[in-house]
Amino acid sequence: MIEVKNLTKVYGDFVAVKDVSFKAESGSILGFLGPNGAGKTTTMRIITGFMPATAGTVLIDGLDIFSQSLEARRKIGYLPENPPLYPDMRVEAYLRFVAKLRGVPKAKVETALEHALEICGLTDMSHRICGQLSKGYRQRVGLAQALIHDPPVLVLDEPTIGLDPRQIHEIRTLIRNLSSDRTVVLSTHILPEVSQICDKVVIIADGHVVLQEYLKQLPVGTSLEEIFLKAITKERHEDGSTAEEKLEEVGAGHA
Amino acid sequence: MKNSLTIAGKELAGYFVQPVAYVVMTVFLLLGGFFFFALLRYFEVMLTAYSAMQNPAVLQRLNLNERVIEPMLHNLAVVLVILVPAITMRSFAEEKRTGTYEFLLTAPIRTGEIVAGKFIAAAAFMLIMIGLAGIFPLILMMFGNPEIGVMFSGYLGLVFLAISFVSIGLFTSSLTQNQIIAAISCFGALLMLFVISWPAQAGGTQFLGLLRYLSLPEHFSQMVTGIIDTRDIVYFVSLIFVALFLTQRSVESARWR
Repeated sequence: MIEVKNLTKVYGDFVAVKDVSFKAESGSILGFLGPNGAGKTTTMRIITGFMPATAGTVLIDGLDIFSQSLEARRKIGYLPENPPLYPDMRVEAYLRFVAKLRGVPKAKVETALEHALEICGLTDMSHRICGQLSKGYRQRVGLAQALIHDPPVLVLDEPTIGLDPRQIHEIRTLIRNLSSDRTVVLSTHILPEVSQICDKVVIIADGHVVLQEYLKQLPVGTSLEEIFLKAITKERHEDGSTAEEKLEEVGAGHA
Repeated sequence: MKNSLTIAGKELAGYFVQPVAYVVMTVFLLLGGFFFFALLRYFEVMLTAYSAMQNPAVLQRLNLNERVIEPMLHNLAVVLVILVPAITMRSFAEEKRTGTYEFLLTAPIRTGEIVAGKFIAAAAFMLIMIGLAGIFPLILMMFGNPEIGVMFSGYLGLVFLAISFVSIGLFTSSLTQNQIIAAISCFGALLMLFVISWPAQAGGTQFLGLLRYLSLPEHFSQMVTGIIDTRDIVYFVSLIFVALFLTQRSVESARWR
């Protein structure tokens, strides 16, 4: 369970995230949507304790990420935007290193390693050097390092980016399976991904939450794309620019 | 502590999968060997010259420690000013650039443990490198009779010096994500420690006295001449602690900026 309450992050005089609140329940997948630069990565970095919020709190299973940081961080598996691989290390050495630092007991490191390699389809790649892997495999190693300590909370920043269609399918199934007994938050640009695997969607634009809804409760007959465009243009419209102008911009961004 | 050792092990292994470690060690040992050879050669020339003069009093004063080991250690200290930045520049700067920093800071470990781990690895690397340079006193011991205690004290001084350098290198690396900037600012800081007492050569005011106290060669040369003084040890240890403390604050600052 992740509770994000009134999160605000200010860099200098630029407001990256403003008053963002949402809740991700255990056993479900929350899709975090938004145009480029909307504040998705910033929010995820705050949730995982990489950087502090200017204001607001994040509770991970009831633990405050700032004041009970170590305990809260122990519960999180995090895949950042760029998979955090050491280019000189072999896949298995890297995953062992991650497992130890994430607190997997010594006796269980090997089992955890094998399990992570297996579910991410990396068993044949375990002797390869991380820096020589293709983008798709690096993404999988990134996913493996997020899962290796079997965390109750998974935060995945664009987990399917750079994968081929077959891998995307596999990873989605994997995330779906994993979510049965844990909280998953994932960010993405790909709208069908959200409709396929997420239970709940949070759309942010310009640092504000513009929509927060269970997928089941979205109006029948409207596609997620329409909802998304409507949500972000309405938001921008309030800033004073015309909707057409912004729609064009969004369209160009997706082309 | 366990986490620090995990990080230290990974870092130390990391040094040796990259060519940098081998290049640094080779340069250090090659130059050391060259200094050793040149100084020993000069010693031999003087020995023959003084023997020809048939003056036993002068001959008595010709001393292997003073003429070979001491100048060699001083030269190696200067070599370290250039080599240490090359070793430490990656430590934090590279993590920031590749994004692994995000993993380290979100893992359930304290920033102090990260700094300690990287410090242990870099210090161990220095120990290995200086340990290999221990071949020079061994050669002297095989063919002559230098004073072992003085040589030990000198090498201990070099170890303290190298470890202080490493701590400063970690600090400069923690400030930036650019390795060149990390290396150059480390180099500047180390060189400054070498020359900081220059204005104090003649003066006697308190400020100049302070500069002389801060000067690294002041303390290092004491140990090289065979004097292990707690004042010098305190100087090195406090230098290490201050640098590591600043590094920890600098890493931690990512959490409150």
